[in-house]
Amino acid sequence: MTTYTDPPKESFRLSMLLYDTRYRSMTIQIIALMGFMLLAAWLINNTIQNLAALGKPIQFGFFTDAAGYDINQHLLEYDNQDTHLRASFIGLINTLIVAAMGCVTATIIGVMVGVLRLSRNWLVAKIMTVYVEMFRNIPVLLWIVLSMAILIESLPMPSAFRGEDPAATMKIFDSVALTNRGFYVPEPLFSRSLGDIHLFGQSSLRMDVSLDFLAFLIVLGLSIFAARKVTARAEAIQNATGVRPTTWYINLGIIVIPTMILLIALGFHLGYPELKGFNFSGGIYMRNSLIALWLALSLYTAAFIAEIVRGGILAISHGQTEAAAALGLRQGRIMRLVVLPQALRVIVPPLISQYLNLTKNSSLAIAVGYFDITGTLGGVTMNQTGREMECMLFLMLIYLIISLLISGVMNLYNNRVKLVER
Amino acid sequence: MSEHSFVRTEMLPEQAPPATSIGVIGWMRENLFSGWLNSTLTVLSILFIYYVLSGVIPWTFQSVWNAGSLTECREIMNATWGDTHHACWAVIKDRWLQLLYGFYPPYPAYPSATVSTPPPEGWLPSYFRPNLALILLFVALAPVLFGRVPRQLLVVTAAYPFLMPWLLWGGTLWVPVMTAVGFALLFGIAKYGQSTLGALGSIIAAAVVALVWWLFLSGPVAGLFADIIPIRLPVVESRAFGGFMLSILIGVVAIGISLPIGIVLALGRQSDLMIVKTLCVGFIEFIRGVPLITLLFVASVLLNYFMPPGTNFDIIMRVMIMVTLFASAYMAEVIRGGLAALPKGQYEGADSLGLNYWQAQRLIIMPQALKISIPGIVSTFIGVFKDTTLVSIIGLLDPIGLSQSIRANQEWNGIYWELFAFIALLFFICCFGMSRYSMWLERKLQTGHR
Amino acid sequence: MKKTVFLGALTVAGLTAGVAGAATLDDIKARGKLNCGVTTGLVGFAAPDANGEWQGFDVAVCRAVAAAVLGDASAVEFVPTTGKTRFTALSSGEIDLLARNTTWTLSRDVDLKNEFIGVNYYDGQGFMVSKSLGVSSAKELNGATVCIQTGTTTELNLADFFRANDMEYEPVPIETNAEGQQQYLAGACDTYTTDASGLAATRATFENPTEHVILPEIISKEPLGPLVRHGDQEWGDIVRWTLNALIAAEEFGITSANIQDMASNGTDSPEVNRILGTEGNLGEMLGLEADWAVKAISAGGNYGELFEKHIGENTPVGLARGLNAQWKDGGLLYSPPFR
Repeated sequence: MTTYTDPPKESFRLSMLLYDTRYRSMTIQIIALMGFMLLAAWLINNTIQNLAALGKPIQFGFFTDAAGYDINQHLLEYDNQDTHLRASFIGLINTLIVAAMGCVTATIIGVMVGVLRLSRNWLVAKIMTVYVEMFRNIPVLLWIVLSMAILIESLPMPSAFRGEDPAATMKIFDSVALTNRGFYVPEPLFSRSLGDIHLFGQSSLRMDVSLDFLAFLIVLGLSIFAARKVTARAEAIQNATGVRPTTWYINLGIIVIPTMILLIALGFHLGYPELKGFNFSGGIYMRNSLIALWLALSLYTAAFIAEIVRGGILAISHGQTEAAAALGLRQGRIMRLVVLPQALRVIVPPLISQYLNLTKNSSLAIAVGYFDITGTLGGVTMNQTGREMECMLFLMLIYLIISLLISGVMNLYNNRVKLVER
Repeated sequence: MSEHSFVRTEMLPEQAPPATSIGVIGWMRENLFSGWLNSTLTVLSILFIYYVLSGVIPWTFQSVWNAGSLTECREIMNATWGDTHHACWAVIKDRWLQLLYGFYPPYPAYPSATVSTPPPEGWLPSYFRPNLALILLFVALAPVLFGRVPRQLLVVTAAYPFLMPWLLWGGTLWVPVMTAVGFALLFGIAKYGQSTLGALGSIIAAAVVALVWWLFLSGPVAGLFADIIPIRLPVVESRAFGGFMLSILIGVVAIGISLPIGIVLALGRQSDLMIVKTLCVGFIEFIRGVPLITLLFVASVLLNYFMPPGTNFDIIMRVMIMVTLFASAYMAEVIRGGLAALPKGQYEGADSLGLNYWQAQRLIIMPQALKISIPGIVSTFIGVFKDTTLVSIIGLLDPIGLSQSIRANQEWNGIYWELFAFIALLFFICCFGMSRYSMWLERKLQTGHR
Repeated sequence: MKKTVFLGALTVAGLTAGVAGAATLDDIKARGKLNCGVTTGLVGFAAPDANGEWQGFDVAVCRAVAAAVLGDASAVEFVPTTGKTRFTALSSGEIDLLARNTTWTLSRDVDLKNEFIGVNYYDGQGFMVSKSLGVSSAKELNGATVCIQTGTTTELNLADFFRANDMEYEPVPIETNAEGQQQYLAGACDTYTTDASGLAATRATFENPTEHVILPEIISKEPLGPLVRHGDQEWGDIVRWTLNALIAAEEFGITSANIQDMASNGTDSPEVNRILGTEGNLGEMLGLEADWAVKAISAGGNYGELFEKHIGENTPVGLARGLNAQWKDGGLLYSPPFR
């Protein structure tokens, strides 16, 4: 006969913290946390001591002092009497501009190159391979410096446009000037402008938003929304009757006519650049530092994107293309309707990290003198004020926020296109 | 009655395909001119290639190799071709040693001696040290990278982390040897002390003994040995490092050290322990979220503030630390990918064998995960190697930094393309070679898993 | 983990105690080397040659100090610094002395906790333009594109100058002098502005220097001098008086050629004897050997010799003495008495 004894009384012994799997993970975690906190405390303590010894305790008051330096490219109003914080904000906007422009062009070039690498034309495929290998295997810093040098050395200087028989002329109906100081392109102007709205008062984040532009965006958005409705209706009719009504001209009209009316109402015209004094004036001035950075970053990143796209396309099983071909679809349509939509799922996650890389690489702007946030906050401001600790902390924080935002947005998209398996 | 009066009884001999579909012409029709779109593309490509080559080839090959300065170069060009649109490779000829080795002293024992004026005793220029370190690196890596290499070479792999610093920095051989002895003690006690001290006891004992050895004993013992058997290389300060040697060194050290850190971080990120996981994720995301250049700024202006007052690393050491941290975050992600790619059955199989966490990791998971991750590790290395050029922005003399100081020199002021072309070529060769290797490996590994 | 710990051990070996604020001199003596911050490269002032030897006017100051302190002009470790890293390199103790054509300003002296120990070159910010531009005064530069080195006082001066004269300009920031030169020569900017000495040095290396002029306006005072950390007066004194010794040596006609002779035979001038250490105990007061100045001056020569050798009129840089002449010759160089 078996007697059931009570399980041995749980008496807690110290060694159980290590040998009992129930407690061990807790122990390890607490030790790790304590180690981390000790390390952090040690670092912070050292820093405070060192800074105190140097007589520069951490304080952010200098951000409200006048910056004293000029920033050549400022989308928002700025002069050298504005604060360091304002200068940093201008720099941040410049970072975002080049990053956004770079991401767009890198994607376009990357997709094109990626598709062309798979082209049946041997020569084209080889050229694309050479392009990809060249850009992937040479540091981006070198490309940035090189493209700057090429722009500076190969384009005419503004004075070459002067005189009776100028050595250089403006391109595209005298509207675009390509000089070695940058590109001047026509700017949109409105003779019956609605004016600007001022946001954020007098703070460092103040900005003027053009109401004309806003109105344009709103009208365009509404038109596109309406056009979508028409398309959806056409879809419904097609589903019901099998005949798709022709809608392209309705759509075109819906999109174009209201915007045209708005533009005419606002008195839209283009302001052309013209040579005045040392430089061109009027028009939009894209400095060559911006162009060099933009060009180098997009070409460099495009090489990586091309590989991602190629990999994504190759990952689509052959059966899909063959089935599409069997349906009688043409080559271009197979790519557009069958392969790319499926490949996107493979492509998007690494694409996100390429966008992130591009944004982070834009910090190399410093090499060509483009005033991005690294150039203003982490460059001139840090240097003129001598507040390395504060500037670097702030700079890293901003980059971290940008990175997290990009990956957050992209992950949302990623979740949307994710294959839902049944 | 059949109307066919003739039925062929034997097959006709095969006819040769039409001349337009075989040979060169056929290939061209197939691959270059199959349709008007393709033909246009081909013609455009040929024009493009011609345009590029007609610019680059004369510039590259109609060049000046022997000149003492850019002005002299230009004079020679004007005299020979009548214009100055030619490469002046003389600058590379003049400065290639500097571009490769930075200011690594050719004869560290004789500060005044130079390559052109060697000291009387006929010493070998000390450039053999970085060269040998590089060759040994390949020897050390061979058993890891290629399957068909004798396993005995793993001895070199184990010794390399101690040998490399000695070769580059110099000093007495006994310091690295004694450091290695510390590791031997660590592992010896941890492994063989288990029977007497128990698992935990042996690990603690090993750590204590090794620490005591490194902190208090290894120095004097090394000194003692150095007095008896003086094997030493002249000391070279790390400030003298530069050029490609610096790029490679930073890359190799960063990858070498970041591998173990990356493994730990990846395991931490995968683990169920909430706090450990949070710390690892925080670290990885922080490092991956900021640009390398800000980390390098930290190395150049802030790292000294984090250390106790009075300590002072030299800048190359600081840069190595930051680049290592940077690489470990990326490495952790690569290894996490490797871990995720392993079939779940492997984990379950390990569990069912009754292995504990560390045994499973060491014997089952890691060997496979690392093998899958090698291509990723190689591309991380390529990335880090390319990113080492950023150190020029904080004033270190890597190839790009050197190109600036070469240009600051009277003779070569105003020279750009030649230096950039040379640097780009070297980087291209290294990175392209590595990426080809990783592709080869990927193919090899792929067949292994099918 | 192998490499981690080992390199940790190695870094510990590489640790050099450089307690900020105390006994820099002892550290240098223990180390046997002077760590001297210089630019990453500026013609005539500091640039490495093909053998990796640093040469230049700023470099000569480092060498003189090393000679005075350690008796060996080659016992210098040159640390290239950028405009950004220079002050932190000094305050963190990575370098003992910064000789990197750095302008002496109040905020750098007081707020950044540096100690300027004198002026080795009196400079001013100027503009260089191409002759074909047809500009003869900086006041005519309204609307011009200006190349400017970032991280220096020049960008603040430039902003002030254009604001004071109510003119517009387009700044093109550049990192290094070499870059500025490239952009300027290609016409990517109308004018290049930096210290007049730098302009002259840059112009000297052009293919056709005569096509470029340096405009007469000097828009700022730029006293360039070596500096040390705040808080170690003794070390500051040593560097200050080494520089003064170089200047005084020129004033009293002590050259690298006759110094040995003067030192061994003595001279009639008591002040020269005091400098050379044959009379009095000035060296002892500084905590150095009696012949410290002899070593400093023999390292490369007196101020005038250094000037002639690196940036003077017979070098490609071709700078005139101008403000940097001795006070007797109408310049600003004026060493306090050695007494």
